[in-house]
Amino acid sequence: MNRHWTIGLLLLAGAALSWAIPRYELLNPYLQATLMYLGINIILATSLNLINGYLGEFSVGHAGFMAVGAYASAILTVMLLPVGAAAWRFPLAIMAGGCAAALTGLVVAIPAFRTRGDYLAIVTLAFAMIVKSALENINAVGGPRGLLGIEGLSTMPWIFAWTVLSVWVIRNFVYSNPGRGVLAIREDEVAAELMGVNTRRVKIRAFMIASFFAGVAGGLFAHLLQFISPRIFDITKTTDILVMVYLGGVGSIGGSIVGASMFTVLQECLRPLGVWRMVIMPLLLVLLMLFRPRGIMGLRDFPWFRPSVECPQRPPETHPS
Amino acid sequence: MAYLFQQILNALQLGSIYALIALGYTMVYGIMTMINFAHGDIFMVGAFLCFVAATVLGLSFIPALLFSMLGCALLGVVIERLAYKPLREAPRVSAVITALGVGLMLEHLTLVFSPYPRHVPALWSSASWHVGGVTLSSLQVLIIVLSVLLMVFLDWLVRRTMLGLAIRAISWDRTVAAIMGVPVDAVISLTFAIGASLGGAAGFLYALAYPVIDPYMGVIVGWKAFIAAVVGGIGNIRGAMLGGFILGAVEILVAAFLPSTYRDLIAFALLFILLICKPYGILGQPRPQKV
Amino acid sequence: MKPWFQANNVGHHFGGLSAISGFNLELRSGELVGLIGPNGAGKTTVFNLITGVYRAAEGSIRFQGRELTGLTPWIISGLGIARTFQNIRIFKQLSVLDNVRIAHYRRTHYSLAEALLHLGRYRREERRLTRAAMEILRLLHLESYADETADSLPYGLQRRLEIGRALATGASLLLLDEPAAGMNPSEVGQLMEFIGWIRGQFNLTILLIEHQMRLVTGICERVLVLDFGVTIAEGRPNEIQNNPQVLEAYLGQAEDGGQMTDDGRQT
Repeated sequence: MNRHWTIGLLLLAGAALSWAIPRYELLNPYLQATLMYLGINIILATSLNLINGYLGEFSVGHAGFMAVGAYASAILTVMLLPVGAAAWRFPLAIMAGGCAAALTGLVVAIPAFRTRGDYLAIVTLAFAMIVKSALENINAVGGPRGLLGIEGLSTMPWIFAWTVLSVWVIRNFVYSNPGRGVLAIREDEVAAELMGVNTRRVKIRAFMIASFFAGVAGGLFAHLLQFISPRIFDITKTTDILVMVYLGGVGSIGGSIVGASMFTVLQECLRPLGVWRMVIMPLLLVLLMLFRPRGIMGLRDFPWFRPSVECPQRPPETHPS
Repeated sequence: MAYLFQQILNALQLGSIYALIALGYTMVYGIMTMINFAHGDIFMVGAFLCFVAATVLGLSFIPALLFSMLGCALLGVVIERLAYKPLREAPRVSAVITALGVGLMLEHLTLVFSPYPRHVPALWSSASWHVGGVTLSSLQVLIIVLSVLLMVFLDWLVRRTMLGLAIRAISWDRTVAAIMGVPVDAVISLTFAIGASLGGAAGFLYALAYPVIDPYMGVIVGWKAFIAAVVGGIGNIRGAMLGGFILGAVEILVAAFLPSTYRDLIAFALLFILLICKPYGILGQPRPQKV
Repeated sequence: MKPWFQANNVGHHFGGLSAISGFNLELRSGELVGLIGPNGAGKTTVFNLITGVYRAAEGSIRFQGRELTGLTPWIISGLGIARTFQNIRIFKQLSVLDNVRIAHYRRTHYSLAEALLHLGRYRREERRLTRAAMEILRLLHLESYADETADSLPYGLQRRLEIGRALATGASLLLLDEPAAGMNPSEVGQLMEFIGWIRGQFNLTILLIEHQMRLVTGICERVLVLDFGVTIAEGRPNEIQNNPQVLEAYLGQAEDGGQMTDDGRQT
């Protein structure tokens, strides 16, 4: 029970801070923006980790789903939903972005999971290319020039709330029956199926959930940057997210949070180096893969992430060895 | 009709470049079952080596081509030894991520030395002939002939020599191949060298055909060539060539009859559909899986 | 009356190579039957066909009146057939507890939405399922390892965990693929006792593949001998041991160890 109170209090404090920081300008605008991008990066890394870490597949289409969510939600706020004070307008747009991305995820997942191995990487790669070039050809959303004039609705409290919600839901999924199905598939697909896991359906569901949150992150991103264009969501963006996931560690939600934080902070710290920054970041990734291939927290997680109901209840005892 | 022939010629030119790059992907995949995501950037380095050879070194055509190919071969071997070899026993995904990182490093290192796009001077005094309304440039013919020669040579190498046998043995079972006396490390390095040198040749020819080059040129072209290799059947040499030519044809024909902005969209959509219909590619076959 | 389990004229081939042909097998509920034969005789293929990993090219397999050919492995698992593997295939990086909980996959009743929000039936079901999994671990004397990763267990316990995972699916037909592989004689003795005990405890019918003749003659009521994908003999263990065809099948490969007799005679 104690643990619940601590987490609750921390979240409350975070919420209060996320409201107070912009209200009383406790941090300069640059740091505020960095914090908000950090939240979005956490959502992106955690959701991609579901596929590349927990499921053990390799997707390179995350930026594509992010783009779908960004455009869907931006179209809603810019063109369809009236500008008004209605409080539900923004969350609705973000949800819509997530749902659009999830549906796209379904369309990609149905053919992509027919065979194993590198097939998903190839299909998601082709998918990301299609999204980008499709957006470049739709003049209604600005074509290659992009979509301008998006309202800055992504405020710090909103981003905080969505980040916490996303991490919570993904963590819930991981510690549940379908989540264990995902883990079993990573460990041994044949054995999982022989234990009664409908592997195809589990994979498609996991992929849709990951896509949903990529879409949510895209929606938040669009309303933070207030401008989106197809170029923003190219393969480089996916590479950034991959770096966060593998830096933090595969199969670990805590790892994704750590990875996204380190990536965001490093990127800002190395900014004075100019172009060299973009040489050093991938170099760090290569060194990491060579010397610590599972990332910082690979396959381990903060113990307090585990729901108490999931722990075995038993009388205290010692090993009989 | 002449227009169509013209476009077919253009398609062959672009397709042969894609095919050369696709071969590099497919060879590495064939021997290591690893997607070498840095290969597109090796192609880019090949184009920049062509630029260096033509401007700084002032080489003529043949030496410049060899310079690009050997430079890329060396780069390929160095990358393999430093970045991929230590990961041979690690999970496969580690090597893929490493390859992504290496590719990014190549791009941005090139960016450090060349912050803006470069124009490659003509290394080949191109003549052109007009045959019944079709313009045939000697450069175009050169690109196609040279690519086809390289491909025929490679096909012979893999099918008819001991090296080819060694490559196939390693791709089947690395441990057993080593026990049978195949020098595994050397053969893998050589495979990377050959793949990278073909990528270098592709970069060289690309730079002559489309002379404005920049550090990011390898990203899109590389991914496209990779998908071409997959469409042909990844791991299959002839499949990579076929996939390259199919991609070239689709792109040129789309651009010829539709607004050119649709080129990538339709090319990728077609490849996507093809992939879904034939998951193992046109010439590829599923590897038997033992349960 | 229809037999409880019946494989009728089952055949399967890889490419042009026939792996199994004209295979017949009937099991009565509660039986313990051995499946033996030299390496490559097609024993594991039989398991793969029954569990749906491979789809039989010919013949039919019926279990409790239902046709199994064409069903996916996860449906067959739900009907009450579970198996272990020759080379242990537990979920190595998951905890011992999770290994067993996954076996409850089909019998956990909450929706995806409840899983995502940890609401509704989630808590009750999770508690029930954890208790059930712990109960299995307790019966197998593995409960003190519940939170350890499965691959940190010693070899013998990994075998036991794999069997426990199969039991947790609620199977009534258990297929054991060389459960004694890599065990020394005293471990084999314990394993024999263990198999007999779970059979009674969980009301199982067991079909097992084994090379160690001591185990086969010790606990099997009936034995089938396969060679080159064909059943060459069937009967009680002591009848099989003296069957000339069987001896020939094994002696034909005596130079690589003659596994059939070795272990039986040594002890």
